[in-house]
Amino acid sequence: MLNFQSTPEPISRLIEEFNKLPGIGPKSAARLTYYLLRMPEGDARALAEAVLAVKENVMLCSVCQNITVADPCSICNNTQRDHSITCIVEEPLDILAIERTRKYSGVYHVLHGVISPADGIGPDDLKIKELLTRIQNDDVKEIILATNPNLEGEATAMYIQRLIAPLGIRVTRLARGLPAGGDLEYADEITLTRALEGRQEF
Amino acid sequence: MAKPRVYKTEAIVLKRSNLGEADKILVIYTPNLGKIRAVAKGVRRSKSKLGGNVETLIHSSMMLAQGRNLDIITQSQTIDSFLPLRSDLWRTSCALYTAELVDRFTEEHIENYPVYRLLLDTIKNIIEEEDVNRLLRHFEIRLLGYLGYKPELKTCIHCKKALEPVENYFSASGGGTLCPACRLAEPAVRPLSLNALKVMRLLQQSSYQQASRVKLNEGLSKELEAIMRSYITYILEREVKSVQFLDELRRPQNYQS
Repeated sequence: MLNFQSTPEPISRLIEEFNKLPGIGPKSAARLTYYLLRMPEGDARALAEAVLAVKENVMLCSVCQNITVADPCSICNNTQRDHSITCIVEEPLDILAIERTRKYSGVYHVLHGVISPADGIGPDDLKIKELLTRIQNDDVKEIILATNPNLEGEATAMYIQRLIAPLGIRVTRLARGLPAGGDLEYADEITLTRALEGRQEF
Repeated sequence: MAKPRVYKTEAIVLKRSNLGEADKILVIYTPNLGKIRAVAKGVRRSKSKLGGNVETLIHSSMMLAQGRNLDIITQSQTIDSFLPLRSDLWRTSCALYTAELVDRFTEEHIENYPVYRLLLDTIKNIIEEEDVNRLLRHFEIRLLGYLGYKPELKTCIHCKKALEPVENYFSASGGGTLCPACRLAEPAVRPLSLNALKVMRLLQQSSYQQASRVKLNEGLSKELEAIMRSYITYILEREVKSVQFLDELRRPQNYQS
């Protein structure tokens, strides 16, 4: 730890706050603080307000649980989108990745995590209950499970599939196969097996 | 013996957690180097060649380089990915439970080959086993034995006399059985039926191949599970986290095991 005795209290306080951020150690925290000190007041104020605005105005969409400034969020509110297809993702960032494809026009549901028995994260810690109430009330025809293709993601997908199966809704899983621009030689056997299983007419 | 700068080992991946932007910290269990924490760089990118070769619960052959703090996994070639396991939620969770137990019970860099063998065999067996609960009990009791917590099942831990074929008691704090006369010698003892005692002795002494001949009815299976769970929780001084999820899966409205 740095010795804060010679630093004025507001400065050491800001250093400590920066220090809590991921990837920022005491040295970087001090450097950021002294940079802010020399910043024009307007810029510093803008930063402070932006930080506050994030906490004050951003909330979870009551429908899809995505982070949003308006409830329901712009995706759930969009009548152009197909509300009968729901894509289930682990994190809000995954929505951005899928939106970048411009190939999906349905809506989303964010779980905010993934079942991970070894970390003690169970279904109750995720937004699964919200998902169930949602699909029971809305007219949903298809659920796309888009959790990550790793052990936890698969476990979560299987768990949700089991919950939804009795409702008679079509449940699909994102295809798992080879990444574009990759090299077959380096593909692991799980990926290759899935790629073989999921091969398509050419 | 000092480790060489680059070394090769077989390993089973017990656990992974995110590190930085695209890296993961892996907890792996190896035959001759015990438990190791190592970094797999860039594995969260979809084009990583390491990617699927360092997945949780994978048996693989790895090349590691000594790092300043944690060692770095430079190559990994899957030996067995236990593919059938991955499409069954219940069996996956059971395998995760065995991995969590090994992780919790072992310290880093302490070789324990029997534990490695046991874990590998158990995960392989989980794929096809009919009675996974029996397999898990075998795993638990053998694991405890290899780690120095072998429960005493022949004599009373208090009066040291051989047990009579009646209902006896099991003490988690004493690490073994108590005869009816001595059952107040330890706090929080549990009754242990004669059948359960016999099964525990069998599981403790024999390979799983031999032990799998005994059929456990539901009551007996539950009794053994409760006893082993109390003993394990007592030694670890904490709950095993993946047990909660196993219980959750066993609730009838979700999924029958």
